[in-house]
Amino acid sequence: MNLARILSLRPGWRLQWEPAQQRHVLLYPEGMVQLNDSAGAILALVDGRRDQAAIVAELDARFPAAGGVADDVDDFLNDACRQGWLREVTP
Amino acid sequence: MRTHAELSAGAPLWLLAELTYRCPLQCPYCSNPVDYARHGEELSTEQWRGVLREARALGAAQLGFSGGEPLVRQDLEALVSEARELGFYTNLITSGVGLNEARIAALRDAGLDHIQISLQAADEEVSAAVAGSAKAHGRKLAMARAVKAAGYPMVLNVVLHRHNIDDVDRLIALCDELGADAVELATCQYYGWARLNRDGLLPSREQVARAEAVTQAWRERLAARGREMRLLFVVPDYYAERPKACMGGWGAIFMTVAPDGAVLPCHSARELPMTFPNVRDASLEAVWHRSEAFNRFRGDGWMKAPCRSCDERHQDYGGCRCQAYLLTGDPAAADPVCSKSPEHRLIEEACAEAAHRSPPLEHLTARNSANSRLIWRG
Repeated sequence: MNLARILSLRPGWRLQWEPAQQRHVLLYPEGMVQLNDSAGAILALVDGRRDQAAIVAELDARFPAAGGVADDVDDFLNDACRQGWLREVTP
Repeated sequence: MRTHAELSAGAPLWLLAELTYRCPLQCPYCSNPVDYARHGEELSTEQWRGVLREARALGAAQLGFSGGEPLVRQDLEALVSEARELGFYTNLITSGVGLNEARIAALRDAGLDHIQISLQAADEEVSAAVAGSAKAHGRKLAMARAVKAAGYPMVLNVVLHRHNIDDVDRLIALCDELGADAVELATCQYYGWARLNRDGLLPSREQVARAEAVTQAWRERLAARGREMRLLFVVPDYYAERPKACMGGWGAIFMTVAPDGAVLPCHSARELPMTFPNVRDASLEAVWHRSEAFNRFRGDGWMKAPCRSCDERHQDYGGCRCQAYLLTGDPAAADPVCSKSPEHRLIEEACAEAAHRSPPLEHLTARNSANSRLIWRG
């Protein structure tokens, strides 16, 4: 797990809260990923500035009952990178 | 109590805004209706602004500006700006003809998110024969480079048919060189002008299989290079195993507004023998939820045999209503692409013929206003 990595959305892609759908969606050329609550909460913190450790800390503070989200966040971010949604930012 | 049809209508997630039927090119597979020349006056800028606001309020998030050639409209930048402010993800679907560096920059300033450019062929000669313009190909390549230089994500779209499908290797190489983020290799589907020209466009099964194999080999090579260029290969319905779940279901997630304001469940639906509502007379909210046209093929109450008792009816919704109508004369029939359709032989016959024929490209009917007027006046 690389907690120091900093990620951003793929250029031209956009994360947005959709009131009509009551969820976050990831918008890209001619397409849309409809995100569940946890995916939306994680991606909303991916901003090209926070590193993964900061994202985990923020979510741990927000959802203490979850008992630590580091592994789930890592799995999700790895998957999102594999799918081409995210890019690693080189500092 | 609400009817089943109304319950099944979620939000229209996609709005396709066909700003105009005018186009400088004459591609013989154009998806515009063959009688487009008889459809009335285009909506004004203010009317389009209203359409955008209403569609966004209904929940639409993806927006395609299309046509015809949308760049013909001088208010395109203003409409992009309005759409972006409303929160749409804005896609420009263009031939690239009419684009220049100044407009690319102006559209960027207006907030345009993505540009899709169509290519007709891998080289100038076939492109000119297909599009009816000798200059278009070079222009498209220059504009594709300019679009990437301006920082947009870019999808390149190539409609494949029997005259260019054997060039798919060169086509993908060209798209790679141009810096595309994704390529749609969309084998022609037979609506509109493509239906008129079907026998001169339909590739053989072997051609489709070869092109698909070449595409797969490219995917592997691109992945090995770490190049993120998604290749989407659309098999024509005529060679598909099962009918497609057209538009994700009739009136389920998609809405088209035609240049004159007609509201359609898909861009081909205008060919059906039905009357569609118009934004000049009704709100999009009323059209989407309560119009007869949008409720006509929602749910499964309209289905006939063999669809109505089929296990797959909630997966493919009986296939495409336009295809059913164009081939059988009955828009409520099973899509003949389905092997369970009593009219499936219509597809098999067309495919069998495609294996033997080689009609020249010059015999296709060009998509232009003169031909359109001839067709509608019969």
